[in-house]
Amino acid sequence: MAAQGATASRSGLRSALPLLLPAYLWLTVAIFLPLSAMVFFSFMTDLPLSGKPWALTLGNYAAFFSQSLYPTLLWASLRLGLEVTLWCIVIGYPAAYVLAKVLKGRSREAIFLLVILPFWSNGLVRIFSWAMVLREGGILDTALNAVLPFKISIDLMYSYPAVIIGLVHSYVPYMVLTCYLTLQAIDDSLIEAGRSLGASRLQMLKRVIIPLSMPGLVAGAALIFVPVVGSFMEPRILGGRTGTFYGTVIEDQFVAVFNWPLGAALSFILLAVVLVILASAAPVLRKAA
Amino acid sequence: MAGVQVSNLSRSFGAHKALDDVSIDFADGGFYALLGPSGSGKTTLLRQIAGFDFPDTGRIAIGGESVERVPVEKRRIGMVFQNYALFPNMSVADNVAFGLSVRGEVKAVIAAEVQRALDLVQLGKLGSRRPHQLSGGQRQRVALARAIVTKPRVLLLDEPLGALDKALRVDMQIELKRIQREIGITTIFVTHDQEEALTMSDRIGILREGRLVQEGPPEEIYDSPKSEFAATFLGDANILRGDTTGTGIRLPDGTAIAAGAGVSLAAGTKASCAVRPERIRIATGDGIADHNTNMLKGQVSKRIFAGNNSTYFVERDSQTIKVIVQNTGIERLAEGQEVVLSWSPESTVLIAVS
Repeated sequence: MAAQGATASRSGLRSALPLLLPAYLWLTVAIFLPLSAMVFFSFMTDLPLSGKPWALTLGNYAAFFSQSLYPTLLWASLRLGLEVTLWCIVIGYPAAYVLAKVLKGRSREAIFLLVILPFWSNGLVRIFSWAMVLREGGILDTALNAVLPFKISIDLMYSYPAVIIGLVHSYVPYMVLTCYLTLQAIDDSLIEAGRSLGASRLQMLKRVIIPLSMPGLVAGAALIFVPVVGSFMEPRILGGRTGTFYGTVIEDQFVAVFNWPLGAALSFILLAVVLVILASAAPVLRKAA
Repeated sequence: MAGVQVSNLSRSFGAHKALDDVSIDFADGGFYALLGPSGSGKTTLLRQIAGFDFPDTGRIAIGGESVERVPVEKRRIGMVFQNYALFPNMSVADNVAFGLSVRGEVKAVIAAEVQRALDLVQLGKLGSRRPHQLSGGQRQRVALARAIVTKPRVLLLDEPLGALDKALRVDMQIELKRIQREIGITTIFVTHDQEEALTMSDRIGILREGRLVQEGPPEEIYDSPKSEFAATFLGDANILRGDTTGTGIRLPDGTAIAAGAGVSLAAGTKASCAVRPERIRIATGDGIADHNTNMLKGQVSKRIFAGNNSTYFVERDSQTIKVIVQNTGIERLAEGQEVVLSWSPESTVLIAVS
């Protein structure tokens, strides 16, 4: 039986090859090759493109450890990633629950569309519209002052909260979508069974619904945490001077300072740290899921 | 343990009346089947008793206490769902323990009670399994153990055997009945399977379009149905329609049919008689002519052989009458044969046509 199964899967693989090849060829060309080039750059003293002489070095990696700025910024970025992920859970999970378990039919479709909508707009446009809302004399400030009887001044622009707001707005749909999928797969009769056994809504949430939707929470968290740790657009535009993070420093190396080797080295350190975090979290998360 | 009283219960969903003035008294410790076609309101009634949905009007009492506005989690009921609804993220033992543990019972007490419940459903050794590692029948037993471990006042079963295959179903019917007797819990059972209702329950309530059509012990409903619907839905019945003669009917062709049981009606109104197929004798020739016997002549149009019995379809006066004859090895009638059907007035139920 086992041998038969192995043969079957081998011949299955052969017939599947034409279907797999395009995707893997594309991934090789589009990701693996440039990434390998970047790995190579990260060990160089200077870019070969500029015509200057270059040599192999570990200096770019050493720079991360010799200057406290980089570890500090990496730590700040990891905290940012954690905070944004937590806010996305706090905001996204209840919305996903309502979408999956409370709303039905047309109203569900309509609300769902509103969740997906940010995906259809350009990221830069989204961030600049936040800038218009958050700055002093902006939409939020004006609107609040029009309604409230006393004068208040809202200027969230160029602050840490502004960065959080912008990032949460960009990434919360991922959490809603992944949680929606796992929540929708939970049979309504499970909830009814729990209630018939005397469980309160909170007990049901804690003991049945959250454990069963854990795969969605984990997937959503991974989808959000990783890009947020490396984000640079939202911190730069909404954070201004306070928005210096690990991602913005990497971006600077590529577009401002033109120190590609250092930028590449910093990127790979980030990649390594993120992989270590995900790997060490995996057993815990697998158990929870 | 407690009885359940449902009084004048009504519930509408939009223009649709799911329950229309239903009153039933479920006696303490009884096994009660709610029987009806889909859309008859039987599941709606069960969900009202459970507390998943509240009635528009009417009263529900469990053990004498009004509960119609009490939410399900406070009603102390046990419920078994058609798809079992076991928590897939928990072991069998944790599933059974759920009801006790959300109440904050002590761990040692929970463990002992869970083991007792699992032993009762004969799954004592499978506590550490996950639901997906069990067969359908085993899951059913876990669902039952989970529902009764909290010592609920009433056990509600929503088509609990619907997802099992026929052989397992018969086993579970016996098993369910045994467990119910052993703990003596008031049990209300929703089914669309008339055989299940007949074999398992002490009393049956037949529902149709949100109304209770008839209610009583299985024998009583089978032997004296009060409506054509009850007669044909619970078991098979031949319905003959005509004008009442007071104690029977006169068919359009003038034949008199005498009825022994059922209502007595003012002569001249429309009425019908119900006769069970197995009560009719079928014979060739002149048959048994007798003052006390109802008799009809007809022609066999079809015969279906089913091993221990045969079903004959006999045509007379543009009506088909079904006759079931035990296979005694004596008589085999051919299709097209002229026959005489006879049956006693005691086997004939007079039914008012509303």
